[in-house]
Amino acid sequence: MKEKLRQYKAWLYLLPAILFLGVFMVYPLVDVIVYSFEEGFNFVTRTSQGTGFFNYSYVLHDPYFVQALKNTFLIVIITVPVSTGFALLLSLALSSIKPLRNLYQTVYFLPYVTNTLAVGLVFMVLFKKTAYTDGMVNLLLNAFGAPSVDFIDGPYWAKMLVMCIYTVWVVLPFKVLILTSALASVNPDYYKAARVDGTRPSRIFFKITLPMISPMVFYLIITGFIGAFKAYSDEVALFGTDLNAAGMNTMVGYVYDMLYGASGGYPSYASAAALLLFLIVLTITCINLMVSRRSVHY
Amino acid sequence: MKITLDHLTKRFPNRNKKIREDVIAVNDFTFEIPDGKLIGLLGPSGCGKSTTLNLISGLEMPSSGRIYFGDTDVTDVPAEHRGVGLVFQNYALYPHLTVLDNIMFPLGNLRGSEKLTKEQMRDKAMEVAKLVQIDELIERRPKELSGGQQQRVAIARALVKMPSVLLLDEPLSNLDARLRLQTREELARIQHETGITTVFVTHDQEEAMSISDQIVVMKDGLFQQMGKPQDVYDHPDNLFVAKFLGTPPINVFEGTVKGDKLFVGDEAILSLKLENAEVPEDGRKVYVGIRPEGFIPAEDGEFSVSLSKIEVMGRDTSVVATHPAAQAATIRAIIASDAPVNAKDGTVRFRIKPAKLHLFDSADETRIDFHVI
Repeated sequence: MKEKLRQYKAWLYLLPAILFLGVFMVYPLVDVIVYSFEEGFNFVTRTSQGTGFFNYSYVLHDPYFVQALKNTFLIVIITVPVSTGFALLLSLALSSIKPLRNLYQTVYFLPYVTNTLAVGLVFMVLFKKTAYTDGMVNLLLNAFGAPSVDFIDGPYWAKMLVMCIYTVWVVLPFKVLILTSALASVNPDYYKAARVDGTRPSRIFFKITLPMISPMVFYLIITGFIGAFKAYSDEVALFGTDLNAAGMNTMVGYVYDMLYGASGGYPSYASAAALLLFLIVLTITCINLMVSRRSVHY
Repeated sequence: MKITLDHLTKRFPNRNKKIREDVIAVNDFTFEIPDGKLIGLLGPSGCGKSTTLNLISGLEMPSSGRIYFGDTDVTDVPAEHRGVGLVFQNYALYPHLTVLDNIMFPLGNLRGSEKLTKEQMRDKAMEVAKLVQIDELIERRPKELSGGQQQRVAIARALVKMPSVLLLDEPLSNLDARLRLQTREELARIQHETGITTVFVTHDQEEAMSISDQIVVMKDGLFQQMGKPQDVYDHPDNLFVAKFLGTPPINVFEGTVKGDKLFVGDEAILSLKLENAEVPEDGRKVYVGIRPEGFIPAEDGEFSVSLSKIEVMGRDTSVVATHPAAQAATIRAIIASDAPVNAKDGTVRFRIKPAKLHLFDSADETRIDFHVI
């Protein structure tokens, strides 16, 4: 009797959390899975014409989705290693200088606290070609005798380049912050011991520093992958809301467009695309975890 | 290898920037560490022991003065070329490497003609692992070892390159009491077997006394005394050394030498003659240090104290008492457990062993030699 009462009590305490999680997390998740298998689901009438893999087939054959997939993968594959490596270099440099370290740390952290759209504006000034100016970067290119490139409305590689620079620039501060504190937390005695033994700097880095901060590097890589897969607002900041027309849409962008975009109103397609994205992120994270088991030292 | 410190001084800029004056961690050190001996650097926290060790290792550069290994001046030689092995207080074992990899790590730094094959490195590492008796644990990670085992790995890593000097920073302070006793004997054994000149830092006088061939006592960055542990204990150069060595600590009284008598309070406790020192007409004020084992209970003893309590420790008995001329609130005498203690009206009388009594100048606290008459 008492045992039962205790159980009721436990459930009672859990109730608020269960309620909120159920209504705002579990139910929508299940709903998305259901939508994705319902053919031609209509929000207003809440009816569908049947069930099956039709939505997945449609999405996978949609050239816009294929483009979004390609863009997302490019952004992920380029920006995650580049930003993590670059952040590591910057943090190493930061932790090896004494004067002005705080100033540099603040400067590197600024992009993190700056609004995405404001940053987008800055990039416009740098890259956008208007009737009055070709943009700062083009002026620089011209100064070296190279022709102007239309970075925002021009060729695909130019747009992708700007996109990647932008993404790296935006994600860098957080990584630098994490890595500098990780570096600072390595016990200096390890370095002293290595120094007395006459260890070369490169060996110190690869044999001591990197293994010591490997949990943090790994954390940054995982969150970096996930973050890059979810990229959307950065693209909007640079190329406007009609990303399909610009050829710079991402997977999250595709999902959004399918729901609310000018050509939207297709929750079934959106759900199918969202689930595909989920599967991809899941796979990549699993691979990451498997790799990490060998090379991350806690 | 013999190590010579010649007027070695290390200054650090003051943390508090408002104070311009530098902090002098090591102040004008001159002494010689003989070859192949185990030397204990002893002193209270913050007296500059670790800085001295870092100066010898080359991790810190002296502000002035020279350091010689044998006859070679190594003052400007960076740490990696001095050929020292260093063991850290927290061992600084690389947590991601196995014990074997930790021990082999210094060997991996050898280049050019000294470069070793994996096999050779393994053989050398196993050799020292056997020496420190951890050869059965080589596949483990540091985390999976006890404190004492980690300590041995750290020593093995420091020894694997066969350094000319082995330096240990508070090697036993992270171990519990029982393990500390064991490890310090181990340390002495390893030093004895390898014959490497070894310097270790400690604030625990018992530790230093028990295993060192010689001890160096420091205070506030100043060299106090160096010598064989028993010599330093029996002939402390000043009041600080006398107080620092020995547990329970020495009992210090304010006393006066008048004529050929030493007075503590109103009692003349010893007839003596000071060496190389004049005694003024109205007496000379001195500090009288009496080791706890220097008291012999005797009904007709010259020295009387008011008994507070008697602590029975089994092997011997500790008499806790008070004396108006004593510096500390209580004084302590260690006597044989079978010695009778007769307290009359709370007063106990002792005779004093002259060899356990030390006199120090009341002004500069240096030793005053005397002989009993």
